[in-house]
Amino acid sequence: MKDSRVIRTGRWRRGAAVAALVVAPLLLAACGSSSDNAKPAAAAKGPYGFQTEAQDASAPITVWVDSTRLAAAQAFQKAFPNVKIKIENYDGNANGSNTFKTKMALFDKAGSGWPDVTFTTDNNSASWGSADGTGSLAPLDKGLVPAATLDGFAKGAMDVCSINGTVYCLRNDLAQNVLWYNKKLMDEFGYPVPTTWEEYEALADKVATEHPGYLVGTAGDAWAPEIYMWAAECPANKVTGATSITVDTSDPNCVKAAKLLDKTIANKTMSTLSLFGPEFVKNQGAKVLLLPGPSWYGGAVFQGTIKTPKGEIAVAPALHWADQNPPSTGNVGGGTWWISSHSKNLKAARDFAVWVTTADAYQVDLAPGFPAYSAAAAKWLAKQQASGYWANDISAPIIAAAGQVWPGWGSAAFSQEAIWAKVVQAGMAKGDSVESLLPAWQKEIENQAQVNGYKVN
Amino acid sequence: MHRAPRSRSRAGSWAPRNGHLFVLPYLLLLLLFGAGPVLYSVYLAFTDGDGRFAGVSNFTQTAGDFRFVPAVTHVAAFVLIWLVSLTVFVVLLALVVHRVVSRRSRTALRFAYFVPGALAGASSVMLWLFLLDPSVSPVSSLLHQLGYDKFTDVIAPGHLPSIFALVAFWTGAGGWILVLYGALNTISTEVVEAAKVDGAGPIRTAVSIELPMIRKWIVYMLILSFAAGTQLFVEPQLVSQASFGIVPNDYSVNQLAYQYAFTQNNFNGSAALSVGLLLVSVICASVFVARGRLFETD
Repeated sequence: MKDSRVIRTGRWRRGAAVAALVVAPLLLAACGSSSDNAKPAAAAKGPYGFQTEAQDASAPITVWVDSTRLAAAQAFQKAFPNVKIKIENYDGNANGSNTFKTKMALFDKAGSGWPDVTFTTDNNSASWGSADGTGSLAPLDKGLVPAATLDGFAKGAMDVCSINGTVYCLRNDLAQNVLWYNKKLMDEFGYPVPTTWEEYEALADKVATEHPGYLVGTAGDAWAPEIYMWAAECPANKVTGATSITVDTSDPNCVKAAKLLDKTIANKTMSTLSLFGPEFVKNQGAKVLLLPGPSWYGGAVFQGTIKTPKGEIAVAPALHWADQNPPSTGNVGGGTWWISSHSKNLKAARDFAVWVTTADAYQVDLAPGFPAYSAAAAKWLAKQQASGYWANDISAPIIAAAGQVWPGWGSAAFSQEAIWAKVVQAGMAKGDSVESLLPAWQKEIENQAQVNGYKVN
Repeated sequence: MHRAPRSRSRAGSWAPRNGHLFVLPYLLLLLLFGAGPVLYSVYLAFTDGDGRFAGVSNFTQTAGDFRFVPAVTHVAAFVLIWLVSLTVFVVLLALVVHRVVSRRSRTALRFAYFVPGALAGASSVMLWLFLLDPSVSPVSSLLHQLGYDKFTDVIAPGHLPSIFALVAFWTGAGGWILVLYGALNTISTEVVEAAKVDGAGPIRTAVSIELPMIRKWIVYMLILSFAAGTQLFVEPQLVSQASFGIVPNDYSVNQLAYQYAFTQNNFNGSAALSVGLLLVSVICASVFVARGRLFETD
């Protein structure tokens, strides 16, 4: 890499090249045509409420999936061998990578290349994908997907898909936060399972003195605010319109969550390592007593990463603050499927997206997370329970938490996770308290919002 | 290594036709993948999203961005550390190789210097990520002794310019050691013999004879390294991903340009940042060329 850069830049020293640089833009400006994505005025809208490309029912569809959802695409291929489908693997837009948006911007620039259906793990795509010119994702509730199908999804499941009341995606799985705990250890230590964050904090103190080394949670991942700040109803991410947001991290709700984190980090019951990094698995994986987090932690963390033995892990209702009525919880991700408005075979794209989100053959039999489609969710829970892995009945707390996700935390076009990592986690690594980092967090959200075209109130 | 020395371009070198034929494919590729994109980005930098002339507004917008000054500071710190260490160590090591008398150990040393450079940029950064993570590093005891127990301790913001300089040195210095070694070989033995007769020791010979005679190669190395260094991208990008975003993805100017193009869909702002980098490189190169008297023929 270095060498190619070296050689290339070396040539620029020539004076002639420099002179050319000055003259050329004028020439280009004179003969260059507008290469940008200004769309023709939406004159003729098709049967689906947006301008479609010429349709070809036999055209192959391209689908982008992450490695976990590869199984979904393959299951579809098996069920419908006649539909021509091209599966491409990508990072699923995880960890604020922005790959989906990056590639779509390039395809917009090139005027071709869009995938027909894309899976993402983040919740930021509706805000930019709904805008003309960037991605131009297809609205789904204007005729493309039947209303009966859309109604079958859990209440609130499509919030992250919706901009100004129009639905742009199908939710794959819900990611409501609950309280995971190791029942075997809790029984052994004789601790009751906490129901409020206040009880949780008190228990953390006890664990710190009586069983040092054991953990009541982790705050080492970029989605920590979506567990602790979101549940505290901290107004750090209140999206009030398509391009407006209000941010107030000095709110008492944010401060109390920050204090809780600082206290538990200080007494070492809160890990600051990433759940999916090598250090956590190696050194702390067996020390997890409590773990507030999304419904997918069950499969991804306990069964997948730290491999807790069968019969130890249980689920309790999501923690809430004592003064909350009704109780609130947060949400970490939850996958979504998007259809491109540029698809040349919208019917096949639609059928694919509907199938992977609703069909038992994927959502019940193969999916690792809690399905957003209600009928599949009930069967999925029954199957989980039958597996014998869990130490209690996990369905009631998970279903209850699905309806408790606080709606005041929005999905803007920029990644809140990237901001938290850059400002708060970097500060924590230096030893700063979360509370002392709240003003810097505020500033960074405002800055990011502004460069992404948001008005900050 | 990269090209014939400049001093050869005397009158008469225009004569052979075969030479032009050999250069032609390179010239075509240069126009297509070098000059073409540069011209296009200059066009983008002075226009807006609809292709209208935008004056310098893209430049003022990007320079006023809250991420701009930190990014410039990061890159400046890195370039400074890297260029100083590159100059000092590459010259020293080249002199050492040149002094080694045994032909076999000289060959072995040259090969050893060159090996890291053969690894492509991204893969060598990955290698360093493993080396610097206390939980998986083969030298983890050393890291623990230095007080670094976690990966995030190692990649604290203050350490990053030095870490990136270390990685860049490790991957890039070997080639330059060989270039300077080659340059040292061009010094006529008579001159060195004469110095010896006059009583100059190895240090005096190095400082008064050899260094002045390879000055042009050192300047050449600095120009190319400066241009490459200001384009810092792969190292912070991978460290950003490995640290799950604690090292921001807008650490360097080039990363900021990438953010402009691909997360803000503002190719014009991105082009403005890139053209700015190009200007800085061209200006600094001109200074180096003038001061280093690079184009003077002996």
